[in-house]
Amino acid sequence: MATQTFGPSMTPSAAAHLTEEQVEALGAELDAIRAEVVGSLGEADARYIHRVIAVQRGLEVGGRGALIFSLFPPAWVAGTAALSVAKILDNMEIGHNVLHGQWDWMRDPKIHSTTWEWDHASPAASWKKSHNYEHHTFTNIRGKDRDLGYSIMRITPEQEWKPADLFQPLVNLGLSMIFEWGIAIYDVEFEKVKNGTKPWPQAKGELMGLWRKARRQLAKDYVLFPLLSGPGFLSTVAANATANVVRNMWSHAVIFCGHFPDGVETFEEERLDGETKGQWYVRQMLGSANLSGGKLFHLMTGNLSHQIEHHLFPDVPSNRYAEIAPKVQEICKRYGLPYTTGSLPRQYGKVLRKITRLAFPGGGPKQPAPAPARLPVPAGRKPSAAVRLAS
Amino acid sequence: MGVLGEIGRRARVAATWFTQPLLPDDLLGTLNPLWSSREPHARVVGLRRETADTTTLLLRTGPGRPRHRPGQFVGVGTRLDGVWHWRTYSVTSCPGDPLLAVTVTALPGGTVSGALAHGTPVGTLLRIGPPAGEFVLPEPVPEKLLFLTAGSGITPVMGMLRDLAATRPEALSGAVLVHCDRTPSDLVFGPELRDLAATTGLTLVERHTAVRGRLTPDNLTDDVPDWAARQAWACGPAAMIDAFTEHWARAGDPTALHVELFTPPVPVATDATGGRVSFTTSGIETDAAPGTPLMVAGEAAGALLPNGCRMGICHTCVGRLRSGAVRDLRTGDLHDTPGEPVRTCVSGAAGDVEIEL
Repeated sequence: MATQTFGPSMTPSAAAHLTEEQVEALGAELDAIRAEVVGSLGEADARYIHRVIAVQRGLEVGGRGALIFSLFPPAWVAGTAALSVAKILDNMEIGHNVLHGQWDWMRDPKIHSTTWEWDHASPAASWKKSHNYEHHTFTNIRGKDRDLGYSIMRITPEQEWKPADLFQPLVNLGLSMIFEWGIAIYDVEFEKVKNGTKPWPQAKGELMGLWRKARRQLAKDYVLFPLLSGPGFLSTVAANATANVVRNMWSHAVIFCGHFPDGVETFEEERLDGETKGQWYVRQMLGSANLSGGKLFHLMTGNLSHQIEHHLFPDVPSNRYAEIAPKVQEICKRYGLPYTTGSLPRQYGKVLRKITRLAFPGGGPKQPAPAPARLPVPAGRKPSAAVRLAS
Repeated sequence: MGVLGEIGRRARVAATWFTQPLLPDDLLGTLNPLWSSREPHARVVGLRRETADTTTLLLRTGPGRPRHRPGQFVGVGTRLDGVWHWRTYSVTSCPGDPLLAVTVTALPGGTVSGALAHGTPVGTLLRIGPPAGEFVLPEPVPEKLLFLTAGSGITPVMGMLRDLAATRPEALSGAVLVHCDRTPSDLVFGPELRDLAATTGLTLVERHTAVRGRLTPDNLTDDVPDWAARQAWACGPAAMIDAFTEHWARAGDPTALHVELFTPPVPVATDATGGRVSFTTSGIETDAAPGTPLMVAGEAAGALLPNGCRMGICHTCVGRLRSGAVRDLRTGDLHDTPGEPVRTCVSGAAGDVEIEL
C-alpha cells in the first residue's frame, strides 16, 4: 500500500462563518460541560462499569460453557450469541473506553488504562498509541489521521485516485470481516516502513509483540476451547469464528459510521498549526457523526453512537455521553454548526454509497468551491488556522 | 514446593491460556472479590466502637492472607464516591485470629479515616495490602518492657500486648505501659487494658492529659523511674516521638528506644510551586519551574517519557506518583496520594515529587 497523497480542499468548512471570538466562546461552553460532568462522577458511575464488566464476564463464561456442547444445535446458537455479545462488550463499552482512561479516575488498578488488556488481536499498548494519540489528536486531518480510510481506502475525494481503488467495495467487505486483524496490522504502519519514515527493526519488534498476543487469542478460540468440546471440535471452531466475525462486522459498521458518512468534514494539515482549544473542539464536532438508537443500542456500540461527544471528551466515562448529547446539540444549533446523526442502517448506507462512488475517479462536489490558496509551506511560521477559519 | 505445588503451578499456567487476556484470578475476583489473590479484598463482618472517634473493623479476608507480626500495619483501601483511597492502619488482632482487626481513629477533617471509623457498615468490601512495618518485638522478648503511647498510638502496641497475653503472659509481668489521652473516656482500649493489668502483672499508667498535661521526657521519671533500664516501644504524635528520641539519645541508650511515627499528610502550598522532579525508572532528576508540566521538565533533562497528545486527553503519558504532590495545571486540583496515576503532560510539581517513569 502506497503513501496516500491528497489534493486541495473541495468544500468550504461548515464553520467558516464563525469568528475567532465565537470559536473560543464555544470552546469555553464545552469546557464547562466537561467540568460539570467530571465533577459529578461518583459511586453510581463506578457501579455501572463494574456491572458491565460482570455481565460481560458472565456472558463469556456462559457462552463458552454452552459451546462445550456445540454439537447440540440450541447450545451452538445460544453459545455463539452470548460469546458474540461478550466480545462486542469487551471491545467496545469496556476495552475501548477503559483504554481511553475514562475510568482512571477511580484509581482502581484492575480497571485502568495502564493495566487493561482486551479480547482483540491488537495489544492494548499499540492501540493506545495509534488510536488515543494519533486518531484523537489529529482527527480527520488528511495525511495525519491514518484512520481516514485506514491507509488502504479512498474515503475523501481529496485523496488521489488509484486504479486499485476500483476494488474498494470488496476490500471494505473483506476488512469488515477481519476488522480486528486489519487494525492490529495497521498499527504496525507498513506504509511508513515502505516510504522510509519508520525503521524496519521497529516494525519487526511491533510485529513480534502483536504475534505474542495474537497467538494466544488464536489458540484460545481455535484450539483450546474446541478441544474441550471433544467430538464437537469443528463445531466450536465454527462458533468461535462466527462470534469473531459478528464482533468484527459490528464494530466496523459502528466505527465507519463515526467519521465517514456524508456531512463529516476532513481538514488540511496546516490547520494544526497554532490550533486553539476552541478550534480543536470545532474540528472534533465537524469530523464526527452520531448514531441514533435506544439504550441497549448505545451500550452495544460502546457509546460510540455518541461519537461527537466521545471526540469532544474522549476521557469522560461513556455512560455520561447520553446526558451530554442534548447540550452539545443545542450548542451546535446556536452556533449554526451541523450535528450529524442518523440511524445505523441510514448512516451505514451513506458510507457504503461513498465508498462505492470514491472507488471511481473524482467524487467531489459538482461545483467545486474556490479552494483556499495552498501556500508552499516552509518549516517555519505558517499562516494561523484561525485566519482561515474566520475567513 | 513439592509435587502438588508444581502441579498446582502448571494448572494455573494452563488455566491462564483459557482465560487470557484475563487471569483466572480476575474471574475468581468477579465471582467473589475475597477469592482474588492478586487484589486481596476483605469484608467488614463486625464493628467495635472503642471510643467516640475510634472504631475497630473486624475483617474476613481471603484464604491466602499473609501472617502479620504484632505491631505491624496493613494498607486498607476503601471506595469513596467511586474512587479508591488507601491508608495504613495497625493490626490489633493476633496473628492466628480468624478475623483481621484494624483500629481506625477519625482524624479531624480526615475524609478517609472519618468514613472508615463512622461510615463503614458491616458488609462493606475493602481492599487490603500486605502487612509491613518494623515496629515489632524481637525474639526472644526482652525482660523489662516499656510502652509509651498517646491517642491512637496504642493500636500497634495493643497488637503486641494481646499477642503476649495469649501466648506468653509471663512476659507482661513487670512490663510498664504509659498510655495518654485527654480523659478516661477518650482512652482507647481503656477497659481491656485495665483487665490486662489486673490479670498479668502489667503496670498500666493512664495519663489523662486534660488533668495532668502531656507526657514529656521531664515527667517520664515520675511515672517510670527505671525507664533507662528498659527496652522501650513508643508510638504517638511526631512531637512526642521527637522529644523522646532526643531524650534517649542524650540521657539513655538510643538503641533501646523503638519508635513508630504517625505521619499526617504534609501540608503543601496552594499554588503551583514547582520543585525537584525525580523520574524513578530512568533515574533522571530535574527542577520543574512553577506551571511547567512534568513532561516538559523531564524531556528538557533528557528523559524518554511516554507522550501523546500533550493536552491531557489521551492518557499515554500516565506515570504513578511515588511521593510528593502534583497540581493539575488545568484545574488547579492537588493530587498527593502515593500510587495515584498522574498525567505528566498537564501536571506541575507542587514541591518535590517522585514519578515512576
